[in-house]
Amino acid sequence: MTAAVVSAPVLPPAMTAARVASVMKETHDTFTLCLEPAESEPLPAFAPGQFSMLYVFGVGELPISISGDPHEPGRLVHTVRSVGKATNALVNLKPGAWVGVRGPFGTSWPLEAARGRDVLIVAGGIGLAPLRSAIHEVLRHRDDYVRLMVLYGARSPKDLLYRRQLADWGRLADTQVLTTVDYGGVNWRGYVGVVTTLFRYVRLHPAGTTVMICGPEIMMRYVIREVEKRGIPPEQIYLSMERNMKCAVGFCGHCQMGPYFVCKDGPIFAYERLRPWLEKYEL
Amino acid sequence: METKTIAEVLREHPFVTGLKESYIHKLAEMALEVQFAKDQLIFRQGDESGLFYLVLSGKVALEATAPGRISRIQTVGETDALGWSVMLGPGGKTFQARALEPVRALAFDGARLRQLCEQDPGFGFQFTRKLLHVVSERLQAARMQLLDIYAPRTGGKLV
Repeated sequence: MTAAVVSAPVLPPAMTAARVASVMKETHDTFTLCLEPAESEPLPAFAPGQFSMLYVFGVGELPISISGDPHEPGRLVHTVRSVGKATNALVNLKPGAWVGVRGPFGTSWPLEAARGRDVLIVAGGIGLAPLRSAIHEVLRHRDDYVRLMVLYGARSPKDLLYRRQLADWGRLADTQVLTTVDYGGVNWRGYVGVVTTLFRYVRLHPAGTTVMICGPEIMMRYVIREVEKRGIPPEQIYLSMERNMKCAVGFCGHCQMGPYFVCKDGPIFAYERLRPWLEKYEL
Repeated sequence: METKTIAEVLREHPFVTGLKESYIHKLAEMALEVQFAKDQLIFRQGDESGLFYLVLSGKVALEATAPGRISRIQTVGETDALGWSVMLGPGGKTFQARALEPVRALAFDGARLRQLCEQDPGFGFQFTRKLLHVVSERLQAARMQLLDIYAPRTGGKLV
């Protein structure tokens, strides 16, 4: 019997073929996929906060944040929550399977501007994924930043992402990692309550802090309120927005938010730019 | 080792930030430093406990109990206040509080606090305003929890 030779699929322009190197289960519904180049051509470099369009053959294409270390070249790491047909197909791919990759797209976290300052990272749920790349970057250039504070909220202990890494980061000097869950069981010894309740346990230097926030939009609005209450000016606050992104190049208009296309002008926005549009229900 | 007086310890607690020195002094006079071991119940649901606490260190879980079931509603820690309902007068606690780790706190007798508020309306107003902040934060947190913002969504609907 001859083994079937599976050749790389025919791809639309600007799409690169990649193979799934590994799929790691993070929680009951969230998985981290590591993609490697199919051939000798390396996968493109990315900046923390950017996203890829991942194409599952026969199913569809999805915008997924990159959650890996930008200094590990040649591979792309994405953390995906299985909530629908396409994401379910993506997380069920086996090592060796093909996916199409477009990107990386979009703006990135303001890590250059944050040099010499405290970095406050506030994440909710799967929102920690695009911020993990920023955390990797800060830790790799640790001397360029002052304090790193990570406030992370999830629905329950079983929904917490990257638990081991969070614990490791929390042990580093000048790094504070606080985790809370909305619903804690009796075996959970950590904080219980929404992520905004963690603010009372960090000491902020308002003028010297850059804030990066990612999570459900309603969570980000409450977090902004807390941050502003503590005297951090809007120009030091950055958000990662999520909209229904299709083309990823500002052409189709699916992800339009006021005057912006989230795929092209975002997903990372300075809060100051976005403020007029953030509380408009229709958007 | 330098030992701080209760007044000095109290002065560092965020709850009293902005209070007049004379009010802090009055509070310090009725404060008692207490400690709880890990897993110790600070008060039980239904207790007539008349103490109000300012947590200095450690983590406390607020729990609701039902037959065969304990739900952890929220945690409070250093910089937080605990047992604000004593200001409403006698009545059973609606939650129980458990030390999740060794806890140090300042305890205040609720009846004496109420009396002081009645005798000195200026103090009463400032103190009640502080409590209102605590209650408002808890209410907002509870509302956010009810929103269940991390629940999976498909097509804009919760699934």
